[in-house]
Amino acid sequence: MLREGQVRIPSGCAIAAVISKEGRMIPGDLIADAMVPMHDRSNGLGGGFAGYGIYPDYKDFYALHVFCDSRANRIACEDFLKEYCEVVQSERIPTRTVPEITDEPIIWRFFVTPLKSVLASRQLDEREFMARIVMKINTKMEGVHVFSSGKNMGAFKAVGYPEDVARFYKLDKYEGYSWTAHGRYPTNTPGWWGGAHPFTLLDYSIVHNGEISSYDANRRFIEMFGYKCSLQTDTEVITYIFDYLTRRQGLTLEEAAAVVAAPFWSTIRREEDEEMRRKYTYLRTVFSSLLVTGPFSIVLGFSGGIMALNDRLKLRSMVVGEKDDRVFIASEEAAIRVMEPAAENIWAPAGGEPVIIKVKEGAY
Amino acid sequence: MLINAKNLDHRGINDALRDTHDDCTIENCCGQRFIAAGMSDRHITIEGIPGNALGAFMNGGTVTVNGNAQDAVGDTMNEGDIIIHGSIGDAAGYAMRGGRIFVRGNAGYRAGIHMKAYEDKMPLLVIGGKAGSFLGEYQAGGVIIVLNLDTPEDRCVSNFPCTGMHGGKIFLRSDCRNIIFPEQVSTAPATDEDKAELRAHLNDYCAQFDLDLDTILAADFTVVTPNSSTPYRQMYVAN
Repeated sequence: MLREGQVRIPSGCAIAAVISKEGRMIPGDLIADAMVPMHDRSNGLGGGFAGYGIYPDYKDFYALHVFCDSRANRIACEDFLKEYCEVVQSERIPTRTVPEITDEPIIWRFFVTPLKSVLASRQLDEREFMARIVMKINTKMEGVHVFSSGKNMGAFKAVGYPEDVARFYKLDKYEGYSWTAHGRYPTNTPGWWGGAHPFTLLDYSIVHNGEISSYDANRRFIEMFGYKCSLQTDTEVITYIFDYLTRRQGLTLEEAAAVVAAPFWSTIRREEDEEMRRKYTYLRTVFSSLLVTGPFSIVLGFSGGIMALNDRLKLRSMVVGEKDDRVFIASEEAAIRVMEPAAENIWAPAGGEPVIIKVKEGAY
Repeated sequence: MLINAKNLDHRGINDALRDTHDDCTIENCCGQRFIAAGMSDRHITIEGIPGNALGAFMNGGTVTVNGNAQDAVGDTMNEGDIIIHGSIGDAAGYAMRGGRIFVRGNAGYRAGIHMKAYEDKMPLLVIGGKAGSFLGEYQAGGVIIVLNLDTPEDRCVSNFPCTGMHGGKIFLRSDCRNIIFPEQVSTAPATDEDKAELRAHLNDYCAQFDLDLDTILAADFTVVTPNSSTPYRQMYVAN
């Protein structure tokens, strides 16, 4: 069977997200319900969720969610991890048997922390080291795929409709301060679980509705910095771009958004604030290979917040609403109304206009 | 007839609509697509959020939404009225070729994209609030009016309006000094003749939303039309 990475899969899709600015817990079934009215945006070939704040008991450990083809591969993965990390928990991710979800791989999670001695000898900070471990497993270990690797967060994804994927993973048993969700509509797929969204690296996760046309230009640039695009899906490269721009280059999210969905030169010329004009010019010039073109609406999840962003032409829909401490984002207003019938201040961000929502300091 | 959409998908709602010729009210609507698609003979009132492509290919009758609507309302509609008391998503009136869409609130991107007119068919899209970028993109005919009634301090339309416009007319309730148009269209302040045309277009709109027509018409309006019937003649090669 040809997997993603060997065939190219364009996709349509639905996305949704919810966050509590106060860091209050939100049950996972809320975000699952939001996907129901957007059912027709997906075709059953991929659904997934990312929850933040879901592992408070293990919040200081990296939670690695892993798909394995076989028991032997799972053991090989664990042996590999033990060479570099302390593995404090190793367990099957609880699932429920649902008729709609079939052919599941072995779905495992490890809570790990890198060994201090290894970090010292490698002269790497912890996050960079863990990112390299994940890259190494995903590119070198046959039959093993790490699909989630952040602290106190986790991605859950499968081949199926999102609402069925939520039941499969017992999302109702988790609660977090933020959630993102995705329903996938690829026009052609070999049906591999790793190809569902969210795509993650460390605590960054991306759900994406769209089909970017700059994939190869972006990939060639980002692979110069140690990232390996093993899946050839556009969403994977977006995840790495945000990791590179924010974690490694130290850009703010607003600046990263101005790289990925850069304003048109004609719009930059009209910018009245000279400092902003210079900044936009600088970012477009220095990171020109990271401009993402083609239709997209994405939600980037990270520890303590989310960011929603549309392509600069706004070729995909996205709506934002709020109520009390919660902010809601979705491809359709109907999804927001499911999460909160009385949602207020419903608005559609402009193309290239990032919407950044953060949990208040100390509440996550 | 009352249709509770709570546990109905788009097919369920449209089947219920087709079973009757009475006026219908749909309650608890939440994202079901294609409502009233191709219909022609009744009044439908919607409580809740109708899904995408509301009133697509509509051929008469009226649809009233007491709230917001999503994307592609009135896609390729032919006749009839769609009245939205809230705001509307992207691509409103997509390729619309007849009928009217009245929006009290704002419109998203690409409102009126590829609207067209033919013989006695003259579509009308009226937006009470602001319009997003690419208003009237590739417009080939019909009339778009943007009133910007609620936030006069903001631009009435965002970036790149009238890109690819080659027919029809747009009225913007603004002097448009802060708006950049493409070279292929002309802008002019509304004349008395234009105001008379606007009055005819806006009469029903104002009655629908209980607005004062004279107050609205007292402001500056800008009329946008393509430069000629073939403004893109020389864009790539002479043809």
